[in-house]
Amino acid sequence: MSKKITIKIDGKPVEVEAGSYLLAAIESLGIEVPAACRYPFLPPRPVCKLCSVEVSLSGGEAKIVESCSYECVEGMDVRTNTPAVLEARKKALANMVNRCAENNLLKDIAGQMGIADEIKFGKELCTCIYCKLCIRVCDELVGANALSFKKGKVKEEEGESTPIVLDESKCILCGACAEVCPTNHLRIEEEHDRKLVHHDMELGPNSAISLSFRQAVPNVPRIHAEDCIHFRLGGCRVCSEVCPKDCIHYDDQDVIEEFEVGTIITATGFQDFDPTPMKQYGYGKLPNVISALEFEKMNNAASPTNGRIVLEDGTEPRAIAILHCIGSRDENYHPYCSRVCCMYAAKFAHLVKEKTTAEVYQCYIDMRCFGKGYEEFYKRILDEGVTVIRGKAAEVIPARYHREEEGKLLVCVEDTLISKFREIPVDMVVLCTALEAHDNASEFGRKLNISTGADGWFIEAHPKLGPVSTTTDGVFLAGVCQSPKDIPDTVAQAGAAAAQAMKLMNVGEVQMDGAYAEIHQEFCSGCKICNGLCPYNAITFEEDKKVSYVNPALCKACGTCVAACPSGAIEARHFTDEQIYAQIEGILS
Amino acid sequence: MAKPKLAVYWAASCGGCDIAILDIENKILDVADFFDLVFWPCAADFKYKDVEAMEDNSITLTLFNGAIRNDENYEIAKLLRKKSVVLCAFGSCASEGCIPGLANMFDKQGIIDYAYKQSPSTVNPDGITPQTKVKVPEGEITIPAMWNTVWTLPQTVDVDYIVPGCPPQSNQIAAVVEAVIDILKNGKELPPKGTVLGASEKTCCDECPRERNVKKIRKFVRPQEIKIDSKICLMEQGLICCGPATRAGCGAKCVTAGIPCRGCYGLPAHVRDAGAKMISAVASVIDATDPEEIQRIVDTIPDPMGTFYRFSMAESMLRRKQTT
Ligand SMILES: Cc1cc2nc3c(=O)[nH]c(=O)nc-3n(C[C@H](O)[C@H](O)[C@H](O)COP(=O)(O)OP(=O)(O)OC[C@H]3O[C@@H](n4cnc5c(N)ncnc54)[C@H](O)[C@@H]3O)c2cc1C
Ligand code: SF4
Ligand code: SF4
Ligand code: SF4
Ligand code: SF4
Ligand code: SF4
Ligand code: FES
Repeated sequence: MSKKITIKIDGKPVEVEAGSYLLAAIESLGIEVPAACRYPFLPPRPVCKLCSVEVSLSGGEAKIVESCSYECVEGMDVRTNTPAVLEARKKALANMVNRCAENNLLKDIAGQMGIADEIKFGKELCTCIYCKLCIRVCDELVGANALSFKKGKVKEEEGESTPIVLDESKCILCGACAEVCPTNHLRIEEEHDRKLVHHDMELGPNSAISLSFRQAVPNVPRIHAEDCIHFRLGGCRVCSEVCPKDCIHYDDQDVIEEFEVGTIITATGFQDFDPTPMKQYGYGKLPNVISALEFEKMNNAASPTNGRIVLEDGTEPRAIAILHCIGSRDENYHPYCSRVCCMYAAKFAHLVKEKTTAEVYQCYIDMRCFGKGYEEFYKRILDEGVTVIRGKAAEVIPARYHREEEGKLLVCVEDTLISKFREIPVDMVVLCTALEAHDNASEFGRKLNISTGADGWFIEAHPKLGPVSTTTDGVFLAGVCQSPKDIPDTVAQAGAAAAQAMKLMNVGEVQMDGAYAEIHQEFCSGCKICNGLCPYNAITFEEDKKVSYVNPALCKACGTCVAACPSGAIEARHFTDEQIYAQIEGILS
Repeated sequence: MAKPKLAVYWAASCGGCDIAILDIENKILDVADFFDLVFWPCAADFKYKDVEAMEDNSITLTLFNGAIRNDENYEIAKLLRKKSVVLCAFGSCASEGCIPGLANMFDKQGIIDYAYKQSPSTVNPDGITPQTKVKVPEGEITIPAMWNTVWTLPQTVDVDYIVPGCPPQSNQIAAVVEAVIDILKNGKELPPKGTVLGASEKTCCDECPRERNVKKIRKFVRPQEIKIDSKICLMEQGLICCGPATRAGCGAKCVTAGIPCRGCYGLPAHVRDAGAKMISAVASVIDATDPEEIQRIVDTIPDPMGTFYRFSMAESMLRRKQTT
């Protein structure tokens, strides 16, 4: 710990750490000092000189110093309010005011100093006060060295608008300069909230370190290394400076932990169908065409719009189309019904009606309101004035008939109930995208020895009698990873899976079926033909004995290896060759 | 004490088995010394009537090679069975039909027509075909009638033991002879009836020195089509090696030399149809899922029947091709 010393500020003795900066000590007494060129994460460098105070050391002569960067020494006597101090500050302020356009920062400081009437801004158009913070933050904190002051005067008559020169090849677009600029002269231009800082976080909190979303588990922020200045250039580390609990460890690496478990519940869910390839709906190209999950995120109270339903320009929509079955019930994409879309679409319509005055059009193939209270909910949105159109939307195009339609969208759909082709003008389109199996589902399934069907969902042991178990004992399924379903069904299946797992764990051992394949190793010649055939990975090769082995706990008695073994060394218990021959002979006799 | 009596006979065979017996080198002297050779048409002049004159069960051991494909083969098989204490199906033809057994892919008439009329090398302007009887000035001569189907020895008469191989390897023959002498000399008990002598319970792969891996085959090839790797399992190189479905005993001679096992050592101990076993093994390791692709790969298998049933056609569950 550093040494404590005592200094005097406006006559009052104050205990401070030797070598600390004077401005902090002054402010700790509640004395206001104007300051325009400081930033908490940069070492002080006197540029603006607004923070001037009078200091005399051990009874010596008083002199004017910049308090932000002046170190405290034992016995110093500080005056913050003498005429000389005021004069110095006025001079400093006038210096800045003369060089820039009118701005609130300097006006506020003038007000604070009680000289609001005395200042006169220059004729310049830009509000840069030459505090150098942006340049310093880019050099010293970010390490990109992308900014510098222009040499010579800003030639406004030649269209120049700023004394700051940006080397675009060096800028990493971190935004730190805009963050520190005290007059908002430097800005990072963002589109409405869809501007990404991190690609995962569209419509979410945008920062290199953040909570993924409010309810995230575990509920701790994480750093997106792709966006973090520290991981990109080695500088910054601001978050670790501000974290009071020392939780930020830049050296942390992903670790792979291994657990021994007896049962596994697979609940890996789904991925959202990407509608970009369905060019007819303009997703990713037309403004305000968004996916259902994006709409869901926007509606979240913790979203950047605070749960408000708005267009990209921040205004409220007047008409919204909700298009069902995008990628579902479609031979070109997924032939199956995603099951939850009709009902969440109804929920969306209800939310729109609740939060806005917009018209809602729902284009559907069939309205599948299959669950408890669902049909009633559907009736309710009809009462709320939602327009439902039976017909799958064919296309979304920009509306261009009239000038006032600029930016609007036209949904083209055949209303099959009245056999009429309709073009509905809206300003937002929500695509009810299919739930689809993760791209890597089958690869993941192989790790667990469970298989996926043609549509990618994991296959249950039996569609009616074994809906939560799999063909691998001890591995269970819950939720959408098995097939599309809503939350109530997911929760029910998860409960059943948990119960099944508990049952096994309680007993502590598993009972095996008596039927399994057995390799009579005395006849196995180690040809390895069976190796690699078992769909359940039950066969291993015992290098020491040069023969193969079937793990009976994994074997499902499918018989593949039994048929393949050319030595006849593998016997399917309860389905032996002798039994089968006897049956054939019995039939033929 | 009188010496034990030994008989060796050839039915439908190439004669290779008889040569193989002579090939056991100085052990043949032990044989001559220990046994009283009573019948061996290939090596010495004996007549059937000499055998007919013997008392039943008077021959201690008969090594019978050759398949049964005509009246004569069958008559002598029955005769030797009656006269012998121990009847041994010796070699592949006797025990499983071997190359003669491939005749079961055709019928008798078809074979005669081809051999005497259609084959490119046949010159037979008078269209003469074999007859079972022919009149000559001295009287009528008969020759044994050829059968429509080739049978194995165990399919026609009761057989005690089997010595596999085409032909059985000389070291194995020597070992069998030695064991028989030992049993007879020292009054030991005979092995259980049906035992396969001079071979092991495992398959050729067990004796094969080649390194093997999980097999994934996308194309079958014949030995002349590729440069064969000398270390790796031949099957993995796309060659159809019948080693995995062939009884071990030969010492893996072919595969060691780089030629795929043809299967002459016969059925493994626990297999009922070697050809079918090979087919299901080969089918299991074809590395494709698309039916057309699979068909394309299967089409690269040369001569499937001759490859998978080269030695075992007659004794297989198929036994013969259905001809009308
Ligand atoms: C736009 C939209 C709106 C919906 N609205 C409703 C609604 O209002 N009411 C309703 O009942 N249902 C609704 N649903 C359906 C609901 O989302 C699903 O029923 C529910 O999410 C299924 O839960 P789950 O746990 O099976 O899968 P998910 O919610 O997908 O959860 C799976 C989890 O597993 C994780 N994971 C994946 N792979 C791995 C791995 N290899 N290792 C570790 N973790 C992994 C994923 O990150 C994810 O967190 C809606 C669906 C959509 C798309
Ligand atoms: S955005 Fe970042 S890197 Fe670019 S100039 Fe500003 S501080 Fe420097
Ligand atoms: S080090 Fe921390 S504060 Fe700096 S950019 Fe990275 S996450 Fe943000
Ligand atoms: S019977 Fe089927 S599950 Fe069992 S080891 Fe053989 S291939 Fe695997
Ligand atoms: S296929 Fe049969 S002989 Fe070959 S390694 Fe497997 S069990 Fe052994
Ligand atoms: S398949 Fe043939 S080459 Fe391969 S290990 Fe068996 S005997 Fe040897
Ligand atoms: S705040 Fe001290 S010089 Fe700018």
